[in-house]
Amino acid sequence: MSEGNGNVPSKAYAPVEDTELGREEGKTTKLKIFRGDANGGEEVEYEIPLVEGMVVLDAVLYVQAHEANDLAVRWNCKAAHCGSCSAEINGKPKLLCKTRVEEFEGDIHVQPLRAFPVVKDLVSDVSWNYEVSKGIPAFHSAEQAPFTMHEEDVERLYEPKKCIECFMCQDVCHVLRTHHKHAEFAGPRFFVRSQWLEMHPMDDRDRLQYLKEDEGLGFCNITKCCTEVCPVGIKITDNSIIPLKERVADEYYDPAKWLMRKIRGRPNARSDGASPNGR
Amino acid sequence: MERGGHANGATERYEVREHDVLIIGAGGAGLRAAVEAAEAGLSVGVVTKSLLGKAHTVMAEGGIAAAVGNVDPDDSWRQHFIDTMNSGKMLNNWRMVEHFTKEAPERVFELEQWGALFNRTPQGRISQRPFGGHTYRRLCHVGDRTGLEMIRTLQEKTLATDAKVYMETTVTKLLKDGSGRVVGALAYTRESGEFVHFKTKAVIMATGGWGRIYKVTSNSWEGTGDGVVLAYDAGAELVDMEMVQFHPTGMVWPPGVRGLLVTEGVRGEGGLLRNSEGERYMEKYDPEKMELSTRDVVARANYTEVTEGRGSEHGGVYLDITHLGYEGIMKKLPTMHEQFLKLADIDISREPMEVFPTVHYTMGGIKVDPDNCETSIPGLFAAGECAGGLHGANRLGGNSLSDLLVFGRRAGIGVVEYVGGSAHGAEIEEREIQTEIQRVLDPLEKPAGDGDESPYLMQQELQTAMMEHANLMRNEESLKEGLGKILALKDRLPRVKVGGTRLFNPGWHTAQDIRYLIQISEIILRTALERKERRGAQWRLDFDGPDEELGKINFIVKKDPQGEVGIERREISPLPEHLASLLEGKVADMAGGEKRGAESQF
Repeated sequence: MSEGNGNVPSKAYAPVEDTELGREEGKTTKLKIFRGDANGGEEVEYEIPLVEGMVVLDAVLYVQAHEANDLAVRWNCKAAHCGSCSAEINGKPKLLCKTRVEEFEGDIHVQPLRAFPVVKDLVSDVSWNYEVSKGIPAFHSAEQAPFTMHEEDVERLYEPKKCIECFMCQDVCHVLRTHHKHAEFAGPRFFVRSQWLEMHPMDDRDRLQYLKEDEGLGFCNITKCCTEVCPVGIKITDNSIIPLKERVADEYYDPAKWLMRKIRGRPNARSDGASPNGR
Repeated sequence: MERGGHANGATERYEVREHDVLIIGAGGAGLRAAVEAAEAGLSVGVVTKSLLGKAHTVMAEGGIAAAVGNVDPDDSWRQHFIDTMNSGKMLNNWRMVEHFTKEAPERVFELEQWGALFNRTPQGRISQRPFGGHTYRRLCHVGDRTGLEMIRTLQEKTLATDAKVYMETTVTKLLKDGSGRVVGALAYTRESGEFVHFKTKAVIMATGGWGRIYKVTSNSWEGTGDGVVLAYDAGAELVDMEMVQFHPTGMVWPPGVRGLLVTEGVRGEGGLLRNSEGERYMEKYDPEKMELSTRDVVARANYTEVTEGRGSEHGGVYLDITHLGYEGIMKKLPTMHEQFLKLADIDISREPMEVFPTVHYTMGGIKVDPDNCETSIPGLFAAGECAGGLHGANRLGGNSLSDLLVFGRRAGIGVVEYVGGSAHGAEIEEREIQTEIQRVLDPLEKPAGDGDESPYLMQQELQTAMMEHANLMRNEESLKEGLGKILALKDRLPRVKVGGTRLFNPGWHTAQDIRYLIQISEIILRTALERKERRGAQWRLDFDGPDEELGKINFIVKKDPQGEVGIERREISPLPEHLASLLEGKVADMAGGEKRGAESQF
């Protein structure tokens, strides 16, 4: 009953997948996976049978099912839509589900994201990101939906909206990774979010003060590391961070506006007077 | 607050968290319910097995079905009602369908109010695309990542309330007080393996489906049906459990991506299905709707073409969207383009995709009140895919996302009314909690032995058995054989053993999941044996067409006093006049419009 696409005697018995399908005869691949926790650890080598088109996540899950049941790894959709399986492969942040094994010659080293505390094996504690997200003034519009907005009004919002929150841009950003400015800096992911909020034609909040003072936009010195690792191709530096920096510069470093502020005091940053989360 | 102590060696410490309502699951339904309850002033706790924003809703691609009539002004809730009832082959709870089709447009506008962005029409309104079984262009969408837009919008909205989200937390048992009301749950955090007792006044189940009982599925690891089994164990009724949707188009090659979803949006945008002979075979199965027939029909057509020997190189059929060209594809289906290019080395703007049916959605689930989503157990509510009734025997594409919004909100309102001013929240006996903790810890803490079973390998065995015996073509002999295999697995369940510590240990987590998978598989096989006809997703080869009498009943499942699966035939109440009149002369062939006859597969 497992003849693949031949005629099946009784159609109520579905063909059962051949587990050897796509196995490349005798070929194996070697993975060196970080095994450890907050107290440290080391790479452990695993050898697994190579399957055509295999991604690194397939290899990691094979190890989990057959050799190390307690190997910790995050994953969900396995289709590069959810951003759960971020890790560092040969030192670079990648989605495990989107990285083919055959891309690499020689050993494949798999490590957890390093800009966050390691929990265990390939899992890091990324909860800080959700705290940052909670602080950003949410979308608000005094207009009543359904909105009338044209494609040309919203075209540039589609790109930042593609973000899958894999947090690889956060991982690679040296302001976080090297300088540990987690308390003062929101990181590229949240500049991407702030960009669409700021540019949404119906949103009526002003986040420039928040961007400057709470999100620490000024710490970014546009090295474009975040753009390079984005798995969905968001041009984070050019399309999110630089336009936001320009807006902040216009607001705070324009001499005429500076003088007006000195005379009138600080302008109320929020047009609706509500607190950041609308409470 | 911490509880427990050191009275004896077997006593585990655990944390106590109090909320008015605990919502289990953070997909579209759970988060929509959370927003509703939190904004009404309730203290809300949301638990999710994953990180926030990773629930399966994120995978929805094609769009949200709602009769807003932006591109086809003739569309109405009435037509959406007719389409949904026809697709569900009249097994649907008609009251749910009425609420759903009337309220879906408001829920879409509400998402827009909260910052969701949809593609626009030339007039600047939300654009809508055609989908299988929908009479009009009805799916509000943004490219092929509508689910991402929806989950992110709801996630950000939830974070802006006072709701407390417990990420990477697994619930293992619902707790009831002496009068039988659900008053909380026991859970553990996946990161630390420490236990939490949630003391609440009500619980909303929003745990999604159970596609993971099958080998080839578009579902993520999370789709293990926890909520349905937790509710079943608590005594709740389930409905239509035999109905499992196979999406017609899943990826086929390479092996690692087998089953990954290829959005119906591809066919919505004009994609053509062909077999290895180059024939546009949908002409044989549904000449009127062709590729945009309902999912049950297209899935069986694809399956039949392949099993009759007209399949592609890797055992699929061809889905061709090349006519859109690179520019068109990058605008309408960019995610699909990327998915095939990166994972299969296929440029879909130049060559066809290979596709085959993949398990996608579960129509059945916890039986709920159509107005407030309360289950048959007081204090327990359910919404979204884990609840049953709305979709009947087959779900229309795009109806799931609007289901989450409409009934997520209704469950939230239901809980607000239920909790009211009352301050119940009974004490649970310490012994009950400790017993449950020991049960959960057992696979980890018992000594290793000779007959130990790996939860991963048992899961694979179960998935293979369900794939073979409870597929989209069924018969009594095969279903019985499948049931035998599942019951044998059930006997082996106590021998599951995992190594390692409690710290983020997926082996231990899988040891919990496997119990759910086995219980649900048993229920599906038993109800599929009972429904002796061809109707929607339930396609019995040993019966010739639909059965008029069976068309008037739902199979209701409830745990019987002996702890076994009890099945009751319950009559569907007749439609009220204002709904019955909508369907007059508009009821489609209940088998799905295909050829009839015992010899024919259709």
